[in-house]
Amino acid sequence: MSNIINLVDHDYYEASARDRIGGVLDPGSFHEFLGPENRTVSPHLAQFNLTGAFDDGLIIGAGTLSGEKVYIAAQEGRFMGGAFGEVHGAKLVGLLRAARDNATAKGIRAVLLLLDTGGVRLQEANAGELAIAEAAHAIVEVRIAGVAVIALVGGKSGAFGGGGIVTAFCSRIIVSDHGRIGVSGPEVIETNKGVEEFDAKDKGLVWRIDGGRTRSMMGGADVFVKDRVRDFRAAAIEQIPKAPPFTLATLVAEQARLAARLQAYGDCRDAPEIWQKAGVADPSGIADVSEEAFATMPRLKEAAHDAR
Amino acid sequence: MTLDEVLAGLFPTGHAVQSGPYGTICGTGRIEGAGDCDVIGIVDGTPLSIDGALVLAGHVLDVVAKGGKGTLMVLVDTSSQNMARRDELLGLNEFLAHLSKCFALAATEGVFTLGVLYGHAMAGAFISTALSTQVLAALPGAFPSVMDLPSISRVTKLPIETLTELAKTTPIFAPGLDPLYATGAVTEKWDMANLQSQLKGAIARRPAGTADGRDVIGLERKGRLQARAIAQKVIAEAAAHA
Amino acid sequence: MEQFQIHVASARPAPGDRRQATVGVNASGNIEILVERVLPETECLVEVTTAVTGYRTLWQAVIEDFCDRCPTGGLRFAINDGGARPDIVHLRLMQGARLMGGEP
Repeated sequence: MSNIINLVDHDYYEASARDRIGGVLDPGSFHEFLGPENRTVSPHLAQFNLTGAFDDGLIIGAGTLSGEKVYIAAQEGRFMGGAFGEVHGAKLVGLLRAARDNATAKGIRAVLLLLDTGGVRLQEANAGELAIAEAAHAIVEVRIAGVAVIALVGGKSGAFGGGGIVTAFCSRIIVSDHGRIGVSGPEVIETNKGVEEFDAKDKGLVWRIDGGRTRSMMGGADVFVKDRVRDFRAAAIEQIPKAPPFTLATLVAEQARLAARLQAYGDCRDAPEIWQKAGVADPSGIADVSEEAFATMPRLKEAAHDAR
Repeated sequence: MTLDEVLAGLFPTGHAVQSGPYGTICGTGRIEGAGDCDVIGIVDGTPLSIDGALVLAGHVLDVVAKGGKGTLMVLVDTSSQNMARRDELLGLNEFLAHLSKCFALAATEGVFTLGVLYGHAMAGAFISTALSTQVLAALPGAFPSVMDLPSISRVTKLPIETLTELAKTTPIFAPGLDPLYATGAVTEKWDMANLQSQLKGAIARRPAGTADGRDVIGLERKGRLQARAIAQKVIAEAAAHA
Repeated sequence: MEQFQIHVASARPAPGDRRQATVGVNASGNIEILVERVLPETECLVEVTTAVTGYRTLWQAVIEDFCDRCPTGGLRFAINDGGARPDIVHLRLMQGARLMGGEP
């Protein structure tokens, strides 16, 4: 299966949630909370004739990152699209509240959220929605306690629905090419507004609208990394000290940067239009160049900010 | 009921609430014997767009900057988040999270955030407005939801009839006021008969801090039987760990 | 939905001292297995939860074959099935046994 020593060399996209944790944290440092042996499965899936997961698709625990204590949560994006159910959501909320409570006493430096989710699990819609609202509230408490909350997005499900909102509650956001971040998924927009508004089968379009390149170019994510567990790990280590405080000043600054973005690009309907307006030399090249080449290209100047 | 009826019921001695752009409203309402309260909202079933979210967030930040410790009422009759390619491209997730963060900030700064849901609220719009206040009151006719039943039916591949039957035995997925009340999303149900006294009561009972007790409420009302216990178990394990 | 157990009473003791391992994921065509070293060393138990009903005999055959090939005494395998084919079930069971035996 997975050799602990090699986990850090795996592709992040292909790795399981468990293997991502193993590779992002210092080797062998992970201690799981409420692991699968507890069999905390969803009580709601059987009535829909669905089988569950022993950890309900969310793995949580503690470990170290470059020697510093962190808490970590990783969604298994292949189990029910990584979606939030009652147990899954409560595990995340509990972890965040624990980080708030233990920040000083145990010296918790950061919480790493390895998000890989389509949003709310519809079979448990109300519980999932509430868990997202409670998690968002708890992230604020964690940040006020001085603990950085770092979002890592690079899996099969991306970070959609409430997962997209949770992502933007975090202090810093790390994304790869595979990582898509959004609220309504492309299929949902197509179903509701028609294929003219969003052709969900057009992969190029999906990535131009929601993908990691667009997000990191515009400041919707803070770092773009290559699809390697080691790159996510390195970025997390680097970003923790850059976490902004949760204050009025930070949110006033965020209001200003979002207003400026809306002002500058509010009539754009596709990413190349934005790159064109921003004076990028080769607007259509942004999507076409290799991951390697994109990683070294300059972002828009407004992308370097600490207004989250 | 209409916005005018709601405003008249909540503020019989007068209000100065005006329509703004993108379905937003902003102003103040007079509360007899208790001064004014700030009022903002998203109304007329308008989907919450990046534009509307930014306007509302600006109002919240204005209230915080004033430094008062009064009440900020958030009236909600929206739809879902705006389903548009342009909004997603420009980072709808950041705009919605920003609005929600501003509400959270207001509460930590001593403002009492009180959501009053009198119409619809769905999905991302629900999360960033009605689910971002310290207390959420629902009027008759309020219809909160995560997703409509036909869409749930499509995704789960179960017929609507089956889902409707299942919804009778569990509040865990169905749209509507009763399930969202049972699970702890809606704090209080108000009736139209004496809105201002219910409003005054909510203000008098405003929470002392910013703790989130919705999972406790969900357990008490038997709508969410596991959430609270699981969160507490995690906290206990983390406390016991080095 | 079906839940059943397949009990093997004379398994060869599984080597290693690892207490627990997780293999696979409950996704379409796949299975999740939780392996625990909690039984007497000649017993093996496999618990199956599946939404694909009517294949108990096939599960029995796959599992008995696996226990013949592999020392599984002392181990309990709990399976959440996502509709996996027998070859995938066999693969995951082997992966689980290997992990418990101390191999990567």
